[in-house]
This record gives sequence, structure tokens and C-alpha cells, in this order.
Amino acid sequence: MDKIFRVNMTDLTCKVEQVPAEYKTLGGRALTSTIVASEVPPMCHPLGPNNKLVFAPGQLSGTPAANSGRMSAGAKSPLTGTIKESNSGGTSAQQFAKMGIKAMIIEGMPKDDKWYRLHVTMDGVTFEDASELVGKQNFDVIDAMNAKYDEKIGVMTIGIPGENRLAAANISVKDPDQKIRSHGRGGLGAVMGSKKIKCITTDATGAGKVEIVDAEKFRAAAKVFAKGMLDHPVTGEGLPIYGTNVLINILNEAGGLPTKNFKYGQCDHHDKVSGETMHDTIAARGGKTKHGCHAGCIIQCSQEYVDEAGVYITSGFEYETVWGLGINCMIENLDDCARIDNAMDNIGIDSIEGAVLIAVAMEAGVIPWGDGKETLRVMNEEIGKCTPIGRILGNGTGSVGTAFGLTRVPVVKNQGIPAYDPRSVKGIGITYATSTQGADHTAGYTIATNILKVGGFIDPLTKEGQVDLSRNLQIATTAVDSTGMCIFVAFPALDIPEVLPALVDMISARFGVEMSVDDFVGMGSKILKMEKAFNTAAGFSNEDDRLPEFFELEPVAPHNAVWDFTPAEIDEVWNF
Amino acid sequence: MKITVKLFAGFRDNRFKVADQDYPEASTVGDILTALDINGPELGVALINGRHVLPDHVMMDGQTLSLFPKVGGG
Repeated sequence: MDKIFRVNMTDLTCKVEQVPAEYKTLGGRALTSTIVASEVPPMCHPLGPNNKLVFAPGQLSGTPAANSGRMSAGAKSPLTGTIKESNSGGTSAQQFAKMGIKAMIIEGMPKDDKWYRLHVTMDGVTFEDASELVGKQNFDVIDAMNAKYDEKIGVMTIGIPGENRLAAANISVKDPDQKIRSHGRGGLGAVMGSKKIKCITTDATGAGKVEIVDAEKFRAAAKVFAKGMLDHPVTGEGLPIYGTNVLINILNEAGGLPTKNFKYGQCDHHDKVSGETMHDTIAARGGKTKHGCHAGCIIQCSQEYVDEAGVYITSGFEYETVWGLGINCMIENLDDCARIDNAMDNIGIDSIEGAVLIAVAMEAGVIPWGDGKETLRVMNEEIGKCTPIGRILGNGTGSVGTAFGLTRVPVVKNQGIPAYDPRSVKGIGITYATSTQGADHTAGYTIATNILKVGGFIDPLTKEGQVDLSRNLQIATTAVDSTGMCIFVAFPALDIPEVLPALVDMISARFGVEMSVDDFVGMGSKILKMEKAFNTAAGFSNEDDRLPEFFELEPVAPHNAVWDFTPAEIDEVWNF
Repeated sequence: MKITVKLFAGFRDNRFKVADQDYPEASTVGDILTALDINGPELGVALINGRHVLPDHVMMDGQTLSLFPKVGGG
């Protein structure tokens, strides 16, 4: 029987609660956002006692469904001030699901200055002294927990920036290879730090299988679903071979690759850090070109990037991070970029925010353009140790821009804009502007249709059709983020008609309910509106759904495109 | 006419990365795919000067054509 763990950090208690009937079929983002919206006062300080940090595995996490091993974390974000959901692979999601933990709600704040480790078992949560872990970065925390227990122990941890409540701090999750995946965006590591939780360990001893009400229906749907993943050229072939970084070259060719802090749309040295180059480099050095972030992933878009001697540098080296460092910060050496990526995993900051803020710091003259060695030092020694300049940087892109009086500061709702220029890929600009999460490409990934010709084609340089595209994708993504599925299932779901019904059938079979595709999409629509209502109650209005002014003032080469949507046009996203 | 063809991802396998090639006047993107032994359904995206083009697009002398198989990420 599924249950909710309610962890109170003020009095150090854990209550095991029954799952309310209205939460029965929810999971992932739908559940974290519902709980945050109903329990967190929208005007509360994100780092104060009234904020809550909620973890929820997806609706299908822990089941045999392919690619379903993701966990959502939710809270009011200290970076954006909005509601936040950030999901991650790793091992904890499947452990929680198999232990029947529908959600873990962490509330309150200790009265004393002591640090804790939450230890999660089938019976509940115990509060362990974490004084020996404080001051350690993430890989040392994982090593210490593996030594204390064994390699099966689930670990979610924050580094020193999280302890110090920096707004770029993430929550790092141990993956099946003892490395790190992240609840990256929105500063949820700072929320965990504010509650004096250094680390959450999960011992799944005694866990069974996730209950599936209609096993036969589930099996049949799971088979169709997995076949769709393998049949589609993006998930079956492109992503496994080249990883997400295959996008560098196509965005460069399309003129949508933000370069040198969003000054240009193409980059001369693009091929030095492209997915093709990365693949060939890893293969030549004897690294792993394929890797999954959770058990049951059949896409395997990740990799293990190694140095010339074949020694591990990093994994989960994603397009947005490579773009941010290699193109937007002009760091041409891919090994340097990989080391910085690993440093961001270790100190626990979001690798998108981290890369975007470094470009602004370069614009400010804090770090020379393209200087990978100095960027690595700044990560480890300044942000990682929370020096005064490290705090200015580690509080995010907006913080750096304000501190140095800059105007080319790519943020929406104070969250750094990722790897696709909204002037030359206009659909993604609508998503950045209107997402309930601050600038977030995954919230409504119009790149699929604007650039990749998945799910049809809408010209990236025209305004026509972009608002409808972004709205539809934001609604669908909210639903998919609730399933525990990797967002890449959207590629086959957009192109192969059987995939989405199979996904919905698996959810129906899991919970023993009748659910149609319309019901599923309706859930996405309802949750998105709920998130928007939370933001409105937190003081946001449509006037916050805007891109920074420089996108209107500075044409970007090669198309000399500017951001040219009117406020009224943007606001049409909410017309549903 | 002279066309610069740039290939990406799996299209490079057993072919090339970039090459200047001669094609008959009024060749289309589709004609170039055929010459490269790339089946139509394998094509993800074709770009000229950063703009998406279809297989029936007629090439002009001196243009650069960038060809991608179906890829994605994000």
C-alpha cells in the first residue's frame, strides 16, 4: 500500500500518512506541484520554515516500463520565486516507488544549528547526525555513504553551495554507476540546505514490486511503448550514438546556437565541441559512448567521457552544458568543459545555470573569455567554497548581471536561458517567457518542431504557430513530467501514433483506472494552471512572462533576428 | 554547378564530413541525396543558409547544403 512520509524538521518527526484519494493516480510533477500548491503559502520565503521540499517518483517509476525511473522534486524556488519542479534520474526514484513511498514531504526547519542526514527505510525516516558530512562536496558524501552502508544505498546530497543556500545549488542523486544525476534547475539544493539536510540516504531493504492492478494490460502496453522507443530514429539510434550533444552542429547550422553570451547565433569553433567530435573522442580513448541514467533506460543517451589515458572525467555530459561552456563561454577545449561539468556535479550546482552565469561573468571581465582552466578554478575554489565572489556567481545568472551592472543577462524569472536562441528559434522563446518554471527549454521543447522536424515543422524564424506549439507542448510536458518518464519519450510520442496511448494504458493498468489520452492531457492542463495560479498568488503577473529587453534591441546573426512578439501575443499561451 | 555538401552525425559514416561537389544544373536536394545513396526517409533536416529546405528544393551554383539524419536531444 502506497504511503506518504511527512518529515518535520522542526520537531524531528516523521509521520506515515495514507495517500489521499485525490492523489491516488498522481505522481511526479503532478503530485509535487499539487502538494506545493496546496500546502506552501505562495508568499513564503523559499528559504524559510514555511517552504516545503517534496519528492515524488513518477506514476510509472519502479515498474518495468522502459525509461520510467525519474523522480520529481518540488518546492517554491529560491532562484525564481515561482513554483518549481525538477526531475532527475538516478536510483532513488525506483527505490521510493518500490518501497511504496508515493511522496516525501519535508517541512519546517530545525531550531538549532545542527545538520542532519535523513535515512529513509520502509518504516519511515530517521534523523541522523550529519556533522561529519558538512563541508564535503558530493562525490565525497557518496563515498562516505557507500562506505557506511554499501553501493546499493540511495543517496541524494547537496554540496557546500547547497549548505550555503546559493540559488544555483542543485540536489545531486547517485546514479547506478555511483556517479551523479541532478535535480538541477531552480535552486532546490538551497531549499534542502535551508532545512539543514545535508543528505538523504535510502535503504530499500524489504521493498517489493510496484503494484500493478492490471498486469496483462500493462505488459501489452509496455511492449508497444518500448518498441516505439527503439523504432524511432531519434531514441533508437541518434541519441544512443551521439548523445544530446548532437544538437551543437544542427543549432549552429540553423543559426540558433547562442554564442559568447548570446551575442551571435553561430560559432566558428562549433565542431571542436560537437556531438560527433565528442563521440569520436570517447570512442578513440576507450570511454563509454552509451550509458543510462537509471535502470531500465533503453535510450542510453548518456556517456562516460574519459581523458587521453582513459581515466574517467565526467558522465551525463549534456548538450546544454557543453553548449554553455564550449560555445557560450567560448571554451574550445572539450576536456576542459568535461572537467568543469564534473566540478559542477561535485560542488552541486545546476550545470545550465552554472554555465550561463559564467558567460555573464566573462562579459563582466571576471574570467577571460574561453579560459577553461580559470573557470574550473572558479567553480572549485570560489563557488565551491562560497567565497564572497563565489556567492555572487553561485546565486545565478541574474545575480551576476546585477552585481556587475550588465544588460545582456539571459534570464526569465531570474533563471538562466539555455542553449537555443529565442530570436532565431521563436517557439522556444514563447516557452522561456511563459513557463511556470522560469526559462526552461524542457518545459515545452519546441526545438523538436522548429528545428528537428519531429512532430511536424513550424519555421523557427516566423511568429506564426509558435504560441499554439508552445502551449500544446507545455501541457503535454507537464503530463509526461508526472509519469516518471524521461522527456525524450516525447520524440516517438510525437511521431508514432501508438506510443502515447500505450503510455496512458500503462498508467491506467498501474492504478486500475480508466484513463484516456484526453484525460492524460487534461491532467497536464490542470496542473499547469495550478502552477500558474501559485505563481500569481506569489506575486507574478503576465508582465513577468517576458524575455529580457536585449533580445528586442540586439539582432542576432546570421539571420539578424530580433524578438518581436507583442505582450498580447505572448499572453495567448494562457488561453486554454 | 558547384555545391558544398556538409554531412552530420551518421550521414558521415563511409562518406565525408564536408566536400565540394559538381552536380548538374537545376539539381534538387533530393537528387543530391540520391547521389549520396541516402534514402529519403533517412533525412531529418536539410538546411541552406540556416533555412530548412525540402527535397524538391532546386539548388543554385555555389550554395552550401547541410544534411542531418533524424536526430534529437535537449
